[in-house]
Amino acid sequence: MTTASAPSNKTIPSYVEGLRCRECGQTYDKAPVHVCEMCFGPLEVAYDYARIGKVLTRAAIEARPHSMWRYAELLPLDGPPAVGQQSGMTPLLRADRLAKRLGLKEVWVKNDAVSYPTLSFKDRVVSVAVSKALEFGIGTIACASTGNLANATAAQAAAAGLPAVVLVPYDLEPAKILGTSIYGARVVGVKGTYDDVNRLCSEIAGKYGWGFVNVNLRPFYAEGSKSYAYEIAEQLGWRLPAHVVVPMAGGSLVTKVGKAFGEFEKLGLVPAPARKTRIHGAQAEGCAPIIDMVLENRDHVRPVKTPTSIAKSLAIGNPADGFYARQTIIGSGGWAAKPNDDEIIAAMRLLAETEGIFTETAGGVTLGAALKLIAGGQIGKDDGPVVICITGNGMKTQDPLVGKLPTPALIGPRLGDFDALQATWT
Amino acid sequence: MATIRIPTPLRKLTQGKEEVTATGGTIGALITSLETQYPGIKERICDDSGQVRRFVNIFANDEDIRFLKNLETSVKDSDEISIVPAIAGG
Repeated sequence: MTTASAPSNKTIPSYVEGLRCRECGQTYDKAPVHVCEMCFGPLEVAYDYARIGKVLTRAAIEARPHSMWRYAELLPLDGPPAVGQQSGMTPLLRADRLAKRLGLKEVWVKNDAVSYPTLSFKDRVVSVAVSKALEFGIGTIACASTGNLANATAAQAAAAGLPAVVLVPYDLEPAKILGTSIYGARVVGVKGTYDDVNRLCSEIAGKYGWGFVNVNLRPFYAEGSKSYAYEIAEQLGWRLPAHVVVPMAGGSLVTKVGKAFGEFEKLGLVPAPARKTRIHGAQAEGCAPIIDMVLENRDHVRPVKTPTSIAKSLAIGNPADGFYARQTIIGSGGWAAKPNDDEIIAAMRLLAETEGIFTETAGGVTLGAALKLIAGGQIGKDDGPVVICITGNGMKTQDPLVGKLPTPALIGPRLGDFDALQATWT
Repeated sequence: MATIRIPTPLRKLTQGKEEVTATGGTIGALITSLETQYPGIKERICDDSGQVRRFVNIFANDEDIRFLKNLETSVKDSDEISIVPAIAGG
């Protein structure tokens, strides 16, 4: 879990060679840019893996503080992180009670519902993005968000002493708005969907020169997600799982999980599994553009104009990483599933009642998808470790549960009243 | 003539202009017209088969052209067209 703030890895040099277009291979210097000028493809951080392979060992990692920065060579900073030193290294817990209900042998929950500091995996990506923004000398931090990113960006910008501008869809959950405003960020509600917000931010980023964590800082930001998967491999005892079920919005996390597992294998930190980890994607039925690409065997995104799911943190109708997300899933032998709202809530309750973890609606999507994949035979009853990716906290998304859970019984302050009530319990 | 909003990565080709104008009855014709004014811009927006590249989004008056008729979407002089790179989730 969290540890002292001073990381012992502050002298680790950077192994970043620059940026490279994932589509056409064009290379760029390290800079706050995210799109290839030649083909509009996304830019990715390029590392010198040969050099990393000479220094990054299990022993070196294990000797470091318990945070995401124990994998610093594989993260894109040029120096120690300026913020988020304590982020990462959330629990991976063996979920035997859940496994029994699922009819599986070995289930694990990677629990970023308790991520530091804002209770979602976005703390990882923002720790990288804000630290990188400071390296670039950027003076204002900004983001487009469905909520969790808003919280993380506002918190880490505050910790860095930088002003933050956060743009969100106007109908976001109140808890996510409050959990952003508290840090002193300027919060702007946009009358439209997340995709409308995104489009606006793309134009603002071009005009104002701010560091938008998920626009012009995106190549660096997205790398932070890899730490979630590195931790899974290390916490499983330096091995890769048989299956991993990952929630998808824009589709970045699922691609980075695939990249991280591949890097660990390439660097010899985990043995090559007999069968490649099957990476499964989860989206809500009310907004499932990537799931539909997989199910319909289509390599282009057909955007969802008006997302309708209760899983607002996943409600991205036009997923930027949809193409690569599908490629990651199909290439791993994984599959995809899209639970409906009732199934999402049932899955949230199942996780809470079996393992004591209150996840947000997105977590219900992930577990709900896992249930479908088990029913569909894509996850076999006798397969090896199955990891359920829980990336956010239920305290932020309580609204959809109102009226869905039993209300407290009301009694007078007398033992007789309690006895009468207790006698009705079955 | 329709107005076209140019994203940052393409402005080197439009002499830094954020907005340009072009004529054409459809989005496809508009892109061809842009190419004559700003050589090289079409290959940035469209792939070898002439289709819009997978990481490019084009909006006609705030509507994604994939919800309309893609390159065949008709364009009027009063329309505003935006070319927007795909951006990440949040």
